Amino acid sequence: MKNPPFTYHRPETLAEALALLAEHGDEAKILAGGQSLLPVMALRLGRPEHLVDINRLPDLDAINVSDGGVSIGALVRHATAERSDALATAAPLVHAAMPYIGHRAIRSQGTVCGSIAHADPAAEMPAVCLAAGATMVAASAEGSREIAAADFGEGYLTTALQPTEILTEVRFPAWSPTARGTVVEVARRHGDYALVGLACMIDAPGGTIASAALSFFGVANTPVRIAEAEAFLVGKAIDDTDAFAAAGDRVAATIDPSADVHATSNYRKHLAGVLTRKGLAELSANQGVPA
Amino acid sequence: MKIEVGSEIEISFTLNGEAKTVSFDPRRSLADVVREDCGQTGTHLGCEHGVCGACTVLVDGAPSRSCLMLGAMADGREITTVEGLATDGVFNHVQQGMWDAMAFQCAFCSPGFIMSTMALLEENPNPTKDEIREELSGNLCRCTGYASIIDGVMAAIDNLGDAQ
Repeated sequence: MKNPPFTYHRPETLAEALALLAEHGDEAKILAGGQSLLPVMALRLGRPEHLVDINRLPDLDAINVSDGGVSIGALVRHATAERSDALATAAPLVHAAMPYIGHRAIRSQGTVCGSIAHADPAAEMPAVCLAAGATMVAASAEGSREIAAADFGEGYLTTALQPTEILTEVRFPAWSPTARGTVVEVARRHGDYALVGLACMIDAPGGTIASAALSFFGVANTPVRIAEAEAFLVGKAIDDTDAFAAAGDRVAATIDPSADVHATSNYRKHLAGVLTRKGLAELSANQGVPA
Repeated sequence: MKIEVGSEIEISFTLNGEAKTVSFDPRRSLADVVREDCGQTGTHLGCEHGVCGACTVLVDGAPSRSCLMLGAMADGREITTVEGLATDGVFNHVQQGMWDAMAFQCAFCSPGFIMSTMALLEENPNPTKDEIREELSGNLCRCTGYASIIDGVMAAIDNLGDAQ
């Protein structure tokens, strides 16, 4: 399937790119890695009249680690994030998600911010952002603004980003030294979108869970956190597998996933419960990510 | 830069070590540019939306789906296709390994598997069979000849060892 025709723009500066978006609005699409956009165009699910190729924009391809956390620029590829030791230390949950994202050839070109902006409900990164309390930085010709992960996902492939905005970076808060995080999922084939997945983190100073985040993907139109199960885990011991199972039951009872050709709703509920136990057990054994 | 519908973009890039300057409709994929504008048809197009892996090439050394890149995105970059692997008509270690293991049935998927294997062995010269299966899971063989392809990668690893 060949791409439909479009006017191709290759701006050299962010200001130039933002001016193009201001001019063309929702008739324009941003091209970074292209790993989600180009299939959409090939299948004629979208036919943007203008493509704004941002690959030449300067200063957007860095992973910056500071005391305040980690910033990942719009042109950082998944493969770069996957190989970044700095990211593994400063944002272990993000790093843990990388091997699950597509296949290696997809990760070579696809960008972390592109995955977040595309907002596929079964994608890892939006759920990771929600679990970790990330902040999205959106720039437009009028200026830039910050959007909390909890306010970012609005629906199926729909985010708070306006057609005139570029997601220039995603910021993750500093990782607590007593926190642990991991990503677990079930997919029909490794690299495919997950049937159900979980980005989870707990902070357990002294071996008692002080806070928990359970962020599921593939169970609704946006990633969802299950507050009831998270609250239930607070105060439990980090090796309390009975509590993990009970948390999984609460998750399964709370979510209402849709059915499709790959899995029924009940099967997805079951998987969410299993993944809760599995993810928490990994964190308990500290196999997910070094504390 | 702005290229209107109906106009052509001109880019310069390196294809298998050779400098190329070509003009084409900007909606062309990198795969089409390599195949039709450069005449190198070793890169195969299966699904044309990023699922099958037949069109895998190396972009600055990184395995990439050439159907999921615009040709325009190759401007200034270094592209390696299956045609760039042999030296003076002699197969490289991966091609020879696949040949030795008879890893070709209809062979439509072979260029993609070979390029993915190039990237895999570059990063991990001694993978286990499980690691090979994992890394090649993004390539489909509709003849389902996977067992012999895995054998081919193992043979390529042996060839690499013999050469060193």
